Amino acid sequence: MIRVVLPPHLRGLARIKGEVTLDVQGTVTVLSVLDALEATYPMLEGTIRDHSTRQRRPFLRFFACAEDLSHEPLDAPLPEAVVNGKEPLLIVGAIAGG
Amino acid sequence: MSTVRLLVGTRKGAFVLTSDGKREKWDVSGPHFAGWELYHLKGSPPDPKRIYASQTSGWFGQIIQRSDDGGKTWFQPGTPPGETTGPGGAPRGESNKFVYDTSAETGAPLTTHQFYDGSQHPWEFKRVWHLEPSLNDPDTVYAGVEDAALFRSTNGGRTWEELSGLRGHGTGPKWQPGAGGMCLHSILLDPKTAGRIFIAISAAGAFRSDDAGKTWKPINKGLKSQYIPDPEAEVGHCVHHITQPRSQPELLYMQKHWDVMRSDNAGESWTEVSGNLPTDFGFVIDVHAHEPETIYVVPIKSDGEHFPLEGKLRVYRSKTGGNEWEELTRGLPQSDCYVNVLRDAMSVDSLDKCGVYFGTTGGQVYGSADAGDTWKPIVRDLPAVLSVEAQTLP
Repeated sequence: MIRVVLPPHLRGLARIKGEVTLDVQGTVTVLSVLDALEATYPMLEGTIRDHSTRQRRPFLRFFACAEDLSHEPLDAPLPEAVVNGKEPLLIVGAIAGG
Repeated sequence: MSTVRLLVGTRKGAFVLTSDGKREKWDVSGPHFAGWELYHLKGSPPDPKRIYASQTSGWFGQIIQRSDDGGKTWFQPGTPPGETTGPGGAPRGESNKFVYDTSAETGAPLTTHQFYDGSQHPWEFKRVWHLEPSLNDPDTVYAGVEDAALFRSTNGGRTWEELSGLRGHGTGPKWQPGAGGMCLHSILLDPKTAGRIFIAISAAGAFRSDDAGKTWKPINKGLKSQYIPDPEAEVGHCVHHITQPRSQPELLYMQKHWDVMRSDNAGESWTEVSGNLPTDFGFVIDVHAHEPETIYVVPIKSDGEHFPLEGKLRVYRSKTGGNEWEELTRGLPQSDCYVNVLRDAMSVDSLDKCGVYFGTTGGQVYGSADAGDTWKPIVRDLPAVLSVEAQTLP
């Protein structure tokens, strides 16, 4: 199972607590994880990637295994530690405010 | 006894304030959607328990929420109340989807507007500023969005379609964003003339449709704006808000960037009625529920200094439809007050003694149960208030 950590706003929107675990078919990529996430929690559609362009929202980042994967191709395979569930994929909101 | 419900949108959630007809004691519920910006909430006139809300975020985009029980519980339209997630009960993300009409038949050719630097820029959806439920159908609701366009849902907010005749009528390339973005912020559904809709955009101006949103015309004759190359141009004016009395909907009032205006002919022409206001810059304008010539504004010092003159929070009321204004100060802070009152943050109830309400960027919501003669803070310490809508319930 793939583990995903969402920012608090999106956990509230999806009415979940803690991590999400997803069954992802085929190659595990950011794209396939987001597809599985939105299929399970359709209210998250449009919140991580734009409804129309399907691009990552500018103030969100994808981290895993201490690496920033935000600028990697969406269909690039995720690290083995994410695939085997040892590490989560982190979806992180940019820091802002005062 | 009647009840008044105030729907308050703030930078960090929504609040519902409720009182009986005396409007002395208020119950406060919230924050709903804590941490999110709630640009606007508004109830359906034929079904006041039906409330639509625009929940938005610079990080996570646009969410439409709906309540069918007067704001106690909320759900994304398309999801039955009480259900959460998972196969079979999953909410549909379609209710949050606002996609501009780019079809050759109805959406083309307009695909750009003027950007800050004068270049042409493609339309990009950012958020819903204003929701306007139909006057007679609880399932029909209009949404004014940034970048400026008008959308409509006829299924209770489950899906949205652009009324692209507005964006496509020809002047779009001359529209440009104001400091707050290029937003469609005012929607008035005419209660007497079927199919007539007024909208206003910052910074484009006011527009009217007489065929339920299919075609539009600019209605800005008489507006003068020194900050655009041609001060009397057909479009380009930074209209901040428009309102109309329900009993006399051909009468319109406008708070422009600078200038308070009125039109007696459904927007065909406008006349300045700033009169003796100490400054005619401001954002809100509203009209008494029973007196079409009684209107309210909150003058703000200037476009560079978004706070009241002299640190004194004053509502100005005209009982003559403009030009002659009286300051209303009883109960409002008269020193060291440097808040702003944003364009959708004033509303009136429809009780016999008309109630008037407004919220500030300092988090106060003030109310008057005597048409503005005296004021009291209902709440003092909310997040910055973006919008206030009053519902009068039997």
